[in-house]
Amino acid sequence: MELSLLSTLIWLPVFGGLAVLAVGDRRAALSRWVALGVSVVTFVASVPLFAGFDRTTAAMQFVERHPWIERFRIEYYLGVDGISMPLILLTTFVTVLVVIAGWKVIRERPSQYFAAFLVMEGLMNGVFASLDAMLFYVFWEAMLIPMFIIIGVWGGPRRIYATLKFFLYTFLGSVLMLVALIYLYMGSGSYAIQDFYTFPLGMREQVLIFIAFLTAFAVKVPMWPVHTWLPDAHVEAPTGGSVILAAIMLKMGGYGFVRFSLPITPDASMSLDWLVLVLSLIAVVYIGFVALVQSDMKKLIAYSSIAHMGFVTLGFFLGFSILRRTGGLEGAGMGLEGGMVQMISHGLVSGALFLCVGVLYDRLHSRDIAAYGGVANTMPRFAALMVFFAMANAGLPGTSGFVGEFLVILASFRANPWFAFLAATTLVLGAAYTLWMVKRVVFGEVANDGVAGLTDIDAREGLVLGVLAVAVLVLGVWPAPLLEVMGPTIENLLDLMVRSKL
Amino acid sequence: MMEQVLLAIVLSPLAAAVIAGLFGRVIGRAGAHWITILGVGASFLLSAWVLAGLLGGRLEPYDGAVYTWGISDGVRMEVGFLIDRLSALMMTVVTFVSLMVHVYTVGYMREDPGYQRFFSYISLFTFAMLMLVMANNFLQLFFGWEAVGVVSYLLIGFWFKRPTAIHANLKAFVVNRVGDFGFLLGIAAILSLAGSLDYAEVFASAPSWSRQTVEVLAGRPWDAATLVCVLLFVGAMGKSAQVPLHVWLPDSMEGPTPISALIHAATMVTAGVFMVARMSPLFELSTTALSVVLVIGATTAFFMGLLGLVQNDIKRVVAYSTLSQLGYMMVALGASAYAAGIFHLGTHAFFKALLFLAAGSVIIAMHHEQDIRKMGGLRRYMPVTYWTALIGSLALIGFPGFSGFFSKDAIIEAVHASAIPGARYAYLCVLLGVFVTALYTFRMFFMVFHGKERMDEHTRSHLKESPWVVTLPLVLLAIPSVVAGWMTEQALLFDGYFGSSIHVSESHDVLSTVGEHGTAPSAFLVHGLSGYPFFIAMAGLATAWLLYLRRPDMLPQATARLRGIIRLLANKYYFDDLNEKVIAPGARGLGKGLWKLGDEILIDGLVVNGSARMVGWLAGVVRQVQTGYLYHYAFAMIIGLALMLGWLLMKG
Repeated sequence: MELSLLSTLIWLPVFGGLAVLAVGDRRAALSRWVALGVSVVTFVASVPLFAGFDRTTAAMQFVERHPWIERFRIEYYLGVDGISMPLILLTTFVTVLVVIAGWKVIRERPSQYFAAFLVMEGLMNGVFASLDAMLFYVFWEAMLIPMFIIIGVWGGPRRIYATLKFFLYTFLGSVLMLVALIYLYMGSGSYAIQDFYTFPLGMREQVLIFIAFLTAFAVKVPMWPVHTWLPDAHVEAPTGGSVILAAIMLKMGGYGFVRFSLPITPDASMSLDWLVLVLSLIAVVYIGFVALVQSDMKKLIAYSSIAHMGFVTLGFFLGFSILRRTGGLEGAGMGLEGGMVQMISHGLVSGALFLCVGVLYDRLHSRDIAAYGGVANTMPRFAALMVFFAMANAGLPGTSGFVGEFLVILASFRANPWFAFLAATTLVLGAAYTLWMVKRVVFGEVANDGVAGLTDIDAREGLVLGVLAVAVLVLGVWPAPLLEVMGPTIENLLDLMVRSKL
Repeated sequence: MMEQVLLAIVLSPLAAAVIAGLFGRVIGRAGAHWITILGVGASFLLSAWVLAGLLGGRLEPYDGAVYTWGISDGVRMEVGFLIDRLSALMMTVVTFVSLMVHVYTVGYMREDPGYQRFFSYISLFTFAMLMLVMANNFLQLFFGWEAVGVVSYLLIGFWFKRPTAIHANLKAFVVNRVGDFGFLLGIAAILSLAGSLDYAEVFASAPSWSRQTVEVLAGRPWDAATLVCVLLFVGAMGKSAQVPLHVWLPDSMEGPTPISALIHAATMVTAGVFMVARMSPLFELSTTALSVVLVIGATTAFFMGLLGLVQNDIKRVVAYSTLSQLGYMMVALGASAYAAGIFHLGTHAFFKALLFLAAGSVIIAMHHEQDIRKMGGLRRYMPVTYWTALIGSLALIGFPGFSGFFSKDAIIEAVHASAIPGARYAYLCVLLGVFVTALYTFRMFFMVFHGKERMDEHTRSHLKESPWVVTLPLVLLAIPSVVAGWMTEQALLFDGYFGSSIHVSESHDVLSTVGEHGTAPSAFLVHGLSGYPFFIAMAGLATAWLLYLRRPDMLPQATARLRGIIRLLANKYYFDDLNEKVIAPGARGLGKGLWKLGDEILIDGLVVNGSARMVGWLAGVVRQVQTGYLYHYAFAMIIGLALMLGWLLMKG
C-alpha cells in the first residue's frame, strides 16, 4: 500500500485547522504561525504527488480504498489521475499564499479565519481525490460551510445577501446531482465513479442525469445564466475568500464535467453539447462586454473569471463537434487539455488579481476604480506586478493565461470556425476590460490624497505576488510538464466520451 | 555552435533588460545603459557575423528547435529558430537600429527619472523582436508578435502620468489585438489544415491543402489558402498599421522619440511586412489574398500620406509618413515583389529611424516643443542635425542615388508590371504617393530648418546642437541611408539573395520584368532619371519650396480652394471619430445594456430574487390560513371531511 498520501492531504489541514482553532484568538500570533506551518507542510507533502506521478498511464494513482458505510457500499476511496492531481497541487499552493496574505490584514477572530481556510483546503482536496461518488458529494457539500462562514463573518456590508445567494444557488444545483448519483448507485450497485463509466444507460436516463449534473456544475463554474451569485459573492468576500473562490471553487464545476458528465453520460453529452457550447460562447462574449463597464474592481475580475471559465467548458465540449465535422477526433484532446490548463492558469491569475485588489483595499478601503488613479506613482513595485497579472489575464503569450486560450481556440477552429471566431473575441475584449481598468487605477497623475499617501507593497505582499508571478511565467514559458501529466488521462477520457452506452 | 550563437543573440538583450529592470537602482543609470548597450551590441555583432557567414557560405541556413514548449494532442509545439538570409538580414537591421537608439537614448532621456526602466524596456523590445523574426514556427511568431505589442504598450505609456499617453497606449494595444484576433484565427486555420505549426512542414504541405474549401458561411465556400492568408494579413494590418487598423500609430507618438524611431518606424511596425514575406509560400497560393494586400497597401500608401500634409506636430508628420511607407512595402508584397518589400523595409528602417532621431534632436533643442509652426531657421544652430535630416528626407522622397530611391522605384516598377486584380489602382496610388511624399517631407524640412525663426526669444537663446551621443547615431544612420541602396540593390532584388526563403510563383514574377531594363544600380539610376516617379517627386519638392519657402503668401489662397478636403484631412477621414464616438461608446453601451437588462433585471430580478419573492409570497398566503382560531380549523376540518366523503361516495 502507498503511504496514504491523499489522506494526509485531506486530513492534515482539517485537523491542523482544528488545532489552529484550539490555539484561539487570544494567542493570535501563534495561531498564525501554526496555520502557516500546516499549510506549508501540506504543500510540501503534495509535491510527491507530482514528482512521483506516473506520466504514462491513465489509471488512478495513490489509491486508497476502504469500506466506509458498507450497508450502502459507500467506500472511502481516493485516487488521482492527470486531471485531479494538478488541481490538488493548485489547492495546496494557493492556500499557503492565502494564509500569508491574511497575516496582518485579519484583525477580527484571526484563528477562526485561518482555521476555516485550512479546513476548506482539506475538504477541497477531498473533492478532487474522491473516487467514490458519495464521498465526493460529502466533501462537495461540506466545502460550502467554511466558505459560507468566511464570507458571512469576514465579508463586506451586504454579506448576508451574498452568502445566502451563494449557498442557495450552489446547494440547489447540487441536490439534483445527488439524485443522479443515487440513481446511478441503484442501477450499478456501487458508488465507485469508475463503475459508473461502464454502466450502460438509455438515452432518456442519460439526458436526465446529464441535466442534473449540468445544473450542479454550471452553477459552480459558473456558466451563464446561473452566474449572478459570483460577482456578489466576490464583492462581499474577504480577499482570501475571493482568491479561494476564484482559484479553486470554480474549478470544481469544470472538474465535474470531466469527471462525471462526459464519461458517465457520453451520448447525452454528444446530443446536448450544443447547449454547453452556446452557453460557453455567451460567457465569453456577453460577459466580456459586461466586464467592460464594471466600476468595482472585484466585480470586474469576477466577470472576467466567468468569461475565462467559458473557455474551460468550451474546450471540454468541443470534441463532439469535431467528430461530427471531420469524422475524427484530432483536436478534441487539445480542447480538453486547453480547458484543463485554463483552469490551472485561471486559478493563479485571477487569484493574483484578487490579491492585487486586496492590497489596494487594505490601504484605501475601496474597490471602486474611480477611487484610484496614478497608483504607479506611489506604488511602483505593486504597479509592475499588477500590470503583469493584467497582461496574463489578457492572455499574453509567455504567461499561463495564454496557454489554455491558445489551445482552446486552435481546437475550436476544427470544430467550427465560428466558434473560434467568437472565442477569439476575448483577445480584444479581455485586453479592453483588463487594461482599461489598469489605465484608470495604475496609470495617470496621482488622483487624490488617498493615492498620494499609499505605501508600496511590503516584503510579505511582495512575496505572495512574486511567487504567483513566477508560477504564471513558468507555466507560460514551459507548459510541457503540465501537458505531459494530463496527456494519458485526457486520451482515456476521449475514449470514454465517444464510446456509446446505448 | 550555431545554436549557442543564436541563443546568445536573443538572450543577451533579455538578460540586460532583466538586470536593468529589476536591479536598476543597484546598478545606477550608467550601469543600466552600459549593460543594455553591451547586450544589444553583442547581439548586433553576432547577428552581423551570422549574416556574413550565410552570405559567404561559411554557415548553412539553420532550422532547429531550442526546446519543446508543449505537446498537446500529438501536436508538438516548439520554440526554435529558422535562420536563413531573410531572418539574418532582419536580425542585423533590428539590432543595428536598436543599438543606435540605445546610444541615442543616453542623450535623449538624460534627465528622465525613469531612465533605467526605459533601457530595460527597449532591450526587452529587442529580445521580443528577435524572437519574432527568428521564429521557425507559428507559436513563437505569435509570441514575438504579442510581446513586441506589449513592450510597445509600455513604451507609448512610458510617461504614464500623461493622460494622452495612457490613452494612446491602451488604444494601440486594443487595436493591435483586433489584428491579432485575425492572426490567431489564421494560425488556428493553419493548424486545422496542415496539422502542424512548424513553418517548414506547413509550407511543404500547403500545395496539398490550399485548394480545399472551408465553408465559412453556409453555401459560401472559401478557398483554404485565401482564408488563411487573409486572416494572417489582418494581423499584419494591425501590427503594420494598415487602413483601417492604422489609427493607433499616429497616437503612439506620445511615447518618447527614441522608441518612435525604433518601434514605430524601423522595426515593430514592419513585422507585418516581414511576416507576409516569410509566408510567401502561402500567399503565392492565393491571388485573391495578394490582391487584398495590394489594395489595402496602396490605399494606406496614398491616403495616409495625404494626412501628413496637414499635421503640424513634427513627430506626427513623420508618423503619417511611416504609415504611407508601410503601405508601399505592402504594395510590394501584394505584387509578389517580396524582395522589394523587404528591401524597402531595410532602407526605410535606416532613413526613417534617422528622421525620427533628427526630429528628436530638434525637439531637445526646442525644449520639447513639437509644433513645426513654431520652428524655422534651425539650420544655423544645428548643422549636424540639419545635414543628416536632409539626407533622410532625400532618401524618403526617393531622390536618385539615395537608398530610398532604389527600393521605392523597384516597388513602383513592380506594381506597374503586376497583372493581378487591383494592380492598376495600386499603381496610381503609389505614383501619386510620390508627389505627396515629397510635398509633406519638404514642407516639414523647410518649416523646421529654413525660413523665419518663429520660436520665442527664450527658446532661441538656448538653441544649440545636441550632444554627441545624439548626433553620432544620426551620422551612423545617415551613412546607410545613402549607400544601402547602391550596395544591396542588385543582390537583393535580382541576384536571388533570398534564395529559398522567399517563394514566388512564375506567373507572379514581376521583378524579372523590372530587371529587363538593367539590374545594376547604375542602370537603375539612368532609368530612374527618365521615369515618372522622378519628375513627380521633383514636382512635389518644388511645390513645397514654392509654398513654404519662396511664396508663403500663396499658401492661404491654395488652402482656401481646398477647404473641404483639408477639413476631411484635418479630421483624419473621421476614423478617430468613428472609433471614439461610435465603436467605443457602442461597446460600453452594449455592456451596460447586457449587464443591467440581462444580469440585473432578467436573471437576478426576475428569476433569482423573483423566486425568492415567490417563496415569500407563498409563505405569506399560507400564513393567512393559520389564524389561530379554533373554529377556523374546525370549519376547515369539516369541509375537508365532507369533500373526502363526497369523493369516496362518487367513486363508489
